[in-house]
Amino acid sequence: MESRLLVLFLTLTMLIGAGCSRDRFAQEVEEARQPPVVEPEVERRDIKPPKIDTEDFEIGGFGGLMSVEDFGVNPVVGVRFAYHITEGFFVEAAAGQTDTEETSFERLSGAAQLLTPDERKLTYYNLSLGYNLFPGEVFVGQRWAMNSSIYFVGGVGSTKFAGDERFTINFGTGFRILPTDWLALHLDFRDHVFDINLLGQDKTAHNLESHIGFTIFF
Amino acid sequence: MLVLALIQFFIAGVGHCAGRHPEVVVADPFIELHSGPGRGYPIFYVVDRGENVEILKRRTDWFKVRSANGTEGWVARGQMQETLNPTGEKADFGGQTLADYSESRWEMGGLYGAFGGANVISAYGSFSLTPNLSLELWGSQVLGRFSNSYMASINATHLFFPEWRASPYFTLGTGAIHTKPKATLVATTDRTDQVAHVGLGVRTYLTRRFVVRAEYKSYVVFTSRNDNEEIEEWKAGFSFFF
Repeated sequence: MESRLLVLFLTLTMLIGAGCSRDRFAQEVEEARQPPVVEPEVERRDIKPPKIDTEDFEIGGFGGLMSVEDFGVNPVVGVRFAYHITEGFFVEAAAGQTDTEETSFERLSGAAQLLTPDERKLTYYNLSLGYNLFPGEVFVGQRWAMNSSIYFVGGVGSTKFAGDERFTINFGTGFRILPTDWLALHLDFRDHVFDINLLGQDKTAHNLESHIGFTIFF
Repeated sequence: MLVLALIQFFIAGVGHCAGRHPEVVVADPFIELHSGPGRGYPIFYVVDRGENVEILKRRTDWFKVRSANGTEGWVARGQMQETLNPTGEKADFGGQTLADYSESRWEMGGLYGAFGGANVISAYGSFSLTPNLSLELWGSQVLGRFSNSYMASINATHLFFPEWRASPYFTLGTGAIHTKPKATLVATTDRTDQVAHVGLGVRTYLTRRFVVRAEYKSYVVFTSRNDNEEIEEWKAGFSFFF
């Protein structure tokens, strides 16, 4: 009798338990289906690299004097473009122009002219690699310090002179001062070396140039 | 009136710009402010952990920053990368890496070398159609003993391993060459001929946007004479990707 009662009791509890759990399960499913009462408001931020004004390019002009071997020393003007790769290295493209004068021979002989007026104009362009060898600071008075650098530069290019274009190697040194972060003043000394055979014989001409200029960093 | 409006616009513009400098929080114990954008410039100020700095500009791997009290100086990239942006995450300065190099599409550069017995100076621009295949436009000046030439050509270049730091490539192209004999030679005329070429080369990623490149090309010049001219070219140079 007791055992029969126990079986009945156990069966009942199991049934109720099972029913309950089924109920709870159904409820959970129902809850999951319904939209949540509070929407989680997690705003996704767009992480972008900050926009920083990068100033690795330099553009500007220069003017000075250029000595063209046998053809006198004359004013030269030009433009310069540079890209700074690291704090040490930069690449530079430059172009310049100067008018040359008569050689001593032409002047002494009186009539003989080696070149036409058009051929006397010298233009050059070059692509060079530079290195800021001695970066430093320049002090003007007690309150003003300007960043500066002495650099070496060398490269290849072409010179149009005396009716021909000639392969030209250029090398030299320069001094750059930055009164502000974006403005640079340059003082440059360059040698432009090319072969010329104007008088029937090949000769290597060294054409020294010194100029001052300015560039703007952007 | 217009001038006044312009001035006002300009001032507003400047004011707007001044407020737009990105800010970061120093996360290292301190960052060092140098007096110039270079290793050798003296350190004259330090900004402590937790302080904000405004980033004014960047030159190569140096950042000009302004501290909360208005001190301005240059900080190396290595230290800037240890700062946090306003969301509390590590600041990313989008420095060029090998991955950027592999994914870049535009490139330009200059090379120098020998074209036959003459000097050649070249510049090119390139656009990548796929990581492997790119289209290149070349302009060259050849400066020789007896003649000078200008050459323009279009190339298709196949880079074998774009994800490698140094990868070989194969190139194929065609163009035109304009040859001008030297003025000192007698009885000469200018001529323009078609050229075709095949070549092999190597490109190596150096640093930042900087790539070094060396190549060999074999040219055939389709002359109006009986024989075509064959010219070998070797050159090397630098390029930048964007």
